Amino acid sequence: MGDWKTLTVPVLSSDSKNIFQYTSEKKVSPPSMNSQVLRLPLPSSKSMHSFFSAFCTEENIEQSISYLNRELTTLGFPSIYAESKGKELNLISIINCMNELLVLQHKNLRAQEEVEMQHLKLGSDMDHLQNCYAKLKVQKLQNIISSRATQYNHDMKRKEREYNKLKERLHQLVMNKKDKKIAMEVLNYVGRADGKRGAWRTDKTEARNEEEMYKVLLSDYEQRQKQLLVENAELKKVLQQMKKEIISLLPPQKQKPKERSEDGPVLSDLEEDIGELNKENMWELSCETVREQLTNSIRKQWRMLKNHVEKLDNQVSRVHSGALNEKDVISREDHELETEKLELEIQQCKEMIKTQQQLLQQQLMSPCDDDTTLLLQDCYLLEERERLQEEWRLFREQKKNFEKERRSFTEAAIRLGLERKAFEEDRGAWLKQQFLSMCTDYKHSENVTTPSAFLGSSDQDNRLVKSTSQQRKPHCMLSGPVSAEPCQTSQHITCNSSSAASKKPAGDSKPNQWVESDKEETE
Amino acid sequence: ASCVQYRLVVRDVNTLQILQLYTCLDQIQYIEWSSDSLFILCAMYKRGIVQVWSLEQPDWHCKIDEGSAGLVASCWSPDGRHILNTTEFHLRITVWSLCTKSVSYIKYPKACQQGIAFTKDGRYMAVAERRDCKDFISIFVCSDWQLLRHFDAETQDLFGIEWAPNGCVLAVWDTCLEYKILLYSLDGRLLSTYRAYEWSLGIKSIAWSPSSQFLAIGSYDEKVRILNHVTWKKITEFEHPATIANTKTIVYKEVEKSPSVETERLSFPPTRALASSLFSTQSKYDISQVPVSLQYIKPVADRANPKMGIGMLAFSPDNCFLATKNDNIPNAVWIWDVQKLKLFVVLEQLCAIQSFQWDPRQPRLAVCTGNSKVYLWSPAGCVSVQVPMEGDFQIVSLSWHSSGDSMALLSKDNFCVCYLEREEV
Repeated sequence: MGDWKTLTVPVLSSDSKNIFQYTSEKKVSPPSMNSQVLRLPLPSSKSMHSFFSAFCTEENIEQSISYLNRELTTLGFPSIYAESKGKELNLISIINCMNELLVLQHKNLRAQEEVEMQHLKLGSDMDHLQNCYAKLKVQKLQNIISSRATQYNHDMKRKEREYNKLKERLHQLVMNKKDKKIAMEVLNYVGRADGKRGAWRTDKTEARNEEEMYKVLLSDYEQRQKQLLVENAELKKVLQQMKKEIISLLPPQKQKPKERSEDGPVLSDLEEDIGELNKENMWELSCETVREQLTNSIRKQWRMLKNHVEKLDNQVSRVHSGALNEKDVISREDHELETEKLELEIQQCKEMIKTQQQLLQQQLMSPCDDDTTLLLQDCYLLEERERLQEEWRLFREQKKNFEKERRSFTEAAIRLGLERKAFEEDRGAWLKQQFLSMCTDYKHSENVTTPSAFLGSSDQDNRLVKSTSQQRKPHCMLSGPVSAEPCQTSQHITCNSSSAASKKPAGDSKPNQWVESDKEETE
Repeated sequence: ASCVQYRLVVRDVNTLQILQLYTCLDQIQYIEWSSDSLFILCAMYKRGIVQVWSLEQPDWHCKIDEGSAGLVASCWSPDGRHILNTTEFHLRITVWSLCTKSVSYIKYPKACQQGIAFTKDGRYMAVAERRDCKDFISIFVCSDWQLLRHFDAETQDLFGIEWAPNGCVLAVWDTCLEYKILLYSLDGRLLSTYRAYEWSLGIKSIAWSPSSQFLAIGSYDEKVRILNHVTWKKITEFEHPATIANTKTIVYKEVEKSPSVETERLSFPPTRALASSLFSTQSKYDISQVPVSLQYIKPVADRANPKMGIGMLAFSPDNCFLATKNDNIPNAVWIWDVQKLKLFVVLEQLCAIQSFQWDPRQPRLAVCTGNSKVYLWSPAGCVSVQVPMEGDFQIVSLSWHSSGDSMALLSKDNFCVCYLEREEV
């Protein structure tokens, strides 16, 4: 059996990601393969959520697809597989099929609605017709009964007439027979019960009989009338008593002048009549007008009494409630107003409670946010701290580096100074030598060996410089920081250049230089 | 007085001693005392003979022979000196006078259940007649049998007539096919007509209240309608449903007490004493709790004279109670309080009610249901009395003594007299 229901169908295959998530699919229980009859129950979308997993799960996707394909093809839809007959699904055909199914579903729903409407109509028509039919049936039966009754009567009359004829004949026969047997044997006559002699039947007796009869009737009527009179008298007495009591109950003052003014003379007449009627002998009269007056007056009095009693009732109830507790003196309307007010208050309180609850919830929620923010803040702080630490480190490193550089600069500067001194001494010496040599130049050709020795000595110089620089460290240190950096760099450059330069000349007069430098320094 | 076959036995009421014994010519079908209790007529319908016996003078005799006319019914006139014989086929009613030996004829009497009615005071007699398919009523003066009034009754097919106890109103009701009751005054004027409904089966039984105030009409629709004598309009309706739900109604249910004889001790053939004690089980009344559902019988629809509707109606002599029986519920007697016009008591018996009758003096009802017990009800309570007889004694009908001290219980073949003791005040 195939049922039409809306399902949420999972993505069927990996390559059909464009399929809509909610489709109308045929939900079939796998064992039943019949799809001949399409039943049309109302779609219940949301309840079918659990079912789609029953039909198609991750394991049996292929099976379900193939099953659907089979079903659709049997219904006449094109296959949902691609033509390659592979595992690929033809997206377009699937969508088309779904669309077709949707259209079909709509059609079927409409058809169902129409059928239901018709059904209702027919049902109501049926009821109406049945009622009519029942009524007609009753009428029909009554007609039948009446016709039968007349027929029966007619037949009965006919039979009776026959019967009567027979009776007459029989009677004649009987009478004619003059049977001697029809007789009465009496031993002796019996006296009449009342002892009187039998009388002949005459007109007189007839008249007397009539008289008797009427007498009997009259006596009966008289008796009844007496009874009724007695009853009437009693009732009138009761009414009079009631009227007196009503009048006594009513307040003596004239309560409703309005009515009085309206009715005016009529009432006054009535009052007079009432006064007359109150007399003892009035109830003996039984003429109609008096009777009517009596009843009307009693009715009026009764109505007045009723109103009066109602008023008293209200007053009494109020008085009672007032006597108990002042707070309770609330008329019904006030009570209702109060109840309304109370209800409003209750509502307001409820709302307040709700809002407070909400706020409370929010607050409960917000502490969580604060924590996070704190955490975040902490994190930020930590981050900052770390950054700061890093920067510190960097700074320290840089500081170290700078110090190192400064030291090196100062050393370089010292060296440079030393070398400059040395160089100056060397220069001086060289000049001297030169001068001397110039004097003696013509004696030696020492220039050839001096570059190499120069070089070699330069190395030694360097070493020496280093060592001297090391020795001169504290001095350099003292003098180092005094010199500014660009001076240092320039000194460095100049030192380098000078060192380079100084190397050359320094090489010439190494030991001497040193000694000289030392001397210079110490000086 | 009782008759056995062709013998008439007269007994004394107090001692049941046989006072007189008469022999008639043929099997007696009907006996009736004259109103002054001096004579008894014995009617033998087969032979068409009525024999009259005198108590004072046992030698006196009288025989009335209808001859070929035949005899269908016979009754005394209220003065005790005339006998009215209805001949066969209701050809005529012959009035035989014992005093004058004269004969009068009433022609065309109606062949119905209650065609002749005497007023309570015995002054007038109403006879229903039918001529030319029409009903007529003739009122005769009983003293000289003069026709007083003759008028036609507006009924289709008169079923019965009954005088009101005051003798001034005659109730005439129609066949059960039509619900129609007519009320005529003594002088023949139509006072009122009452018709409850059409089409369904109509009146089954009627009863006048002793004061003539009310006329109770029992009909086939299981209802009793009460008309009042002033306006002849319906005052109220009494329904007889199968379920009684009103808590103010007392329902007495007859319950069998288990027999004292054990079944093991049965011997065959059973001794007489054993048999009587076996068959005559004691019974008592239990008060059933309302609501009570009574045994309802729906009669077969296609038969004539179906056993449905109110078949028996009787007012108590003090005009306080009305006892009715609904033939659809044959085991129950319904007692209504006339003052309050409400159902007062229901007596549920084990067997179907055969007949009931009020005590002529006080509101005491005696009921018999065809078994050997007589049931008495009064506003004080009800009691079931076993007739101490050997063998079967199935009470079919009962009849109170006019003093209310005793009653005769009749079965098919026997009768017994039940004496009721008065409480010493």
